[in-house]
Amino acid sequence: MPGETQLPASVSVRPARWSGRGAILSWGIAIVIALIAPHLMASGFGLSLLCRMAIAIVFALSFNMLLGQGGMLDFGHAVFFGLGGFATMHLLKLVDAGLVLPVVILPLAGALGGGLAALPAGWLATRREGTSFAMITLGIAELAVALVVMIPQWFGGEEGVSGDRSGGVALFGFDFGSALQIYYVLAAWAVIAAALMWGVTRTPLGRLGNAVRDNPLRVDFLGYDPARIRFLTFLLAGIFAGVAGGMQALNDEIMTVSNIGSAASGAVLLMTYIGGVGTFSGPVIGAVLVTLLQVALGTVTDAWQLYSGLIFIVMVLWAPGGISGIVQSHAPILRAGRGARLLGPYLALAPAMLLTLAGTVGLAELAYRLQAVRGGAKAGRLFGLTVTPTDPWQWLIPLALFILGAVLVHRLAPPARAAWQDAAAQTARGGA
Amino acid sequence: MQEILLILLNGLVYGLLLFMLSSGLTLIVGMMGVLNFAHASFYMLGAYFAYTVSVGIGFWPALVIAPLLVGVLGVAVERYGLRAVHHHGKLAELLFTVGLAFVIGEVVPLVWGRTAVPYRVPAALDVPAFALGGIQYQAYRLFMMAVSVAIFAGLYAALARTRLGLVIRAALTHPEMVAMLGHNVPRVFTLVFGAGCALAGLAGVIGGNVFTTTPGMAESLGPIVFAVVIMGGLGSIPGALIASLVIGFIQTASVTLDAPLGTVLGRIGLPLDPHGALGQLTIAHAAPAVPYLLLVLMLALNPRGLMGARAD
Repeated sequence: MPGETQLPASVSVRPARWSGRGAILSWGIAIVIALIAPHLMASGFGLSLLCRMAIAIVFALSFNMLLGQGGMLDFGHAVFFGLGGFATMHLLKLVDAGLVLPVVILPLAGALGGGLAALPAGWLATRREGTSFAMITLGIAELAVALVVMIPQWFGGEEGVSGDRSGGVALFGFDFGSALQIYYVLAAWAVIAAALMWGVTRTPLGRLGNAVRDNPLRVDFLGYDPARIRFLTFLLAGIFAGVAGGMQALNDEIMTVSNIGSAASGAVLLMTYIGGVGTFSGPVIGAVLVTLLQVALGTVTDAWQLYSGLIFIVMVLWAPGGISGIVQSHAPILRAGRGARLLGPYLALAPAMLLTLAGTVGLAELAYRLQAVRGGAKAGRLFGLTVTPTDPWQWLIPLALFILGAVLVHRLAPPARAAWQDAAAQTARGGA
Repeated sequence: MQEILLILLNGLVYGLLLFMLSSGLTLIVGMMGVLNFAHASFYMLGAYFAYTVSVGIGFWPALVIAPLLVGVLGVAVERYGLRAVHHHGKLAELLFTVGLAFVIGEVVPLVWGRTAVPYRVPAALDVPAFALGGIQYQAYRLFMMAVSVAIFAGLYAALARTRLGLVIRAALTHPEMVAMLGHNVPRVFTLVFGAGCALAGLAGVIGGNVFTTTPGMAESLGPIVFAVVIMGGLGSIPGALIASLVIGFIQTASVTLDAPLGTVLGRIGLPLDPHGALGQLTIAHAAPAVPYLLLVLMLALNPRGLMGARAD
């Protein structure tokens, strides 16, 4: 039953059908955005947000090398991220102590650290596939966390390991102490790493990885060893996760156990899946969006974790292709000029979804405020209204909104889906 | 001597609790191939439900009500969640349970607070059952053991002797054939999932008051349960029992021993600098890593686990 453990065809990575010119254009746009973004959000807050996005993009792309491209769910991807970060940190400390080495190249140490960690882990895990693979990575992740906690001499225990990125010899007058300078370093690394990972998808190894995901038995018959292909993919993913960890080490100037743990592994799964595992750009979208939401919502509500979990479940249930999957399934319809037909059913569905969303947010916020009030804090305001979460009647409003919205969605979703399927089928026929 | 006996007893209690948790997951994994990531979350819910019910009407009603509630929740999750993602493949099912574990992990502190709740052992059993050379042994722990053993016996008998057990075992290996014979296999799946969750809930009821009932309890025990299920061999109840006991004994023994690793390994002929980073570690330090080390070793040496019938 090996085929059953793979991702469904609907979310599989489509072979790149871009012409060379289209690819160059997309990369050009990405680089221009990376160059001008800090001038659009020049505040310290904006810059630190951009730095976190650059790191998240590389991390999510490396994760999707496994999940999207290779059909492997790695529950411990943060291990390679974190160990890469620790490797970078130790080298940074040597640089601080007088070793002559440009700080810019330090994420290479992350690549080395991540790759070295991925060697034994991949050797153990990639002999299996599907659920067993996921379980082994979970075991490896827990083992790695336990080891890191056990050896404070190397990993700094609770405090972690910290360094100073501006402590080395300045290169052409840049010491990378300022936020703008480190942003450009991280952006350059993000572009290089993303380009390399994109390149990997176009190599024979990348294509074989897709084949192993879709039908390992057939690959085996063709004379390739699926386990070996999985191992090489795993190794590459570990190396790039290590680069992301190295970038994180340069940005935060501290690495702790939490960078290795299950929360970090869960976060990368979340952003990759929300963005979409089916396309190369999906994880980029997810990394940018989730980081943005996390920072933006994190300042106004405590419920961010709950929301991201709920978004994740909704995606798994109804949009397994993620955001990029939704875009991808509508782009040909829009291009064929059949978008107008979707407008009616979609517009009818939108208010219902908004009602459900408002109800969910209302309930979650009331719950969090109730906890705050019990803890002695003020309930504050919600949507401009003063709330008293201890009053049961106030709970009825969001509850009613939620139920009404859910019922409406239940009613209106089937026609919208049917309209989409209709349009997609017609487009496919017309386009052929 | 008494110390060793105490370690053995505590290891037995812990191991049996692990077994109760993993028996439900073993059934679910073996039958549906779904590694329910939220299994330990149902354990946590069992403990919290039991706390709320026992504050209201006492421990004994909670012993029945809380697992039932968790079981009903499990049935709903299978019927309206897992079944909906089933056609997207195993990975989607696994991801769904990951999301579920995440959300339960957020909702529980929201409802019951971020710190531990005072869920206590019932007063009737909070008495010493016997004394072991000055150390008194709590009656409740004996009760835990009795419940766990009863579960094992009951489960084994139900699977081996009843008609329903026959259908379940058949659906485990030949789902198409069982469906052909007119049994509603999806409903059997729902039932097994609900029963597995109820078992996790029961483990929460009787374990939550001996260990602590905190929002972190699912996250700390979840990976250990996976280790047990994999070590025992997917789908094997006796295998899960053996693996639970092994991990229970080893973990209990290793937290109570604080000999440095360097000295211990040196005694069995493995040289390790007793003053280096690794050598200074005591066995108690290494205790949390033990189940995962065993898991990884098992997977490297024998991927089928102790008694598993198949490798996948």
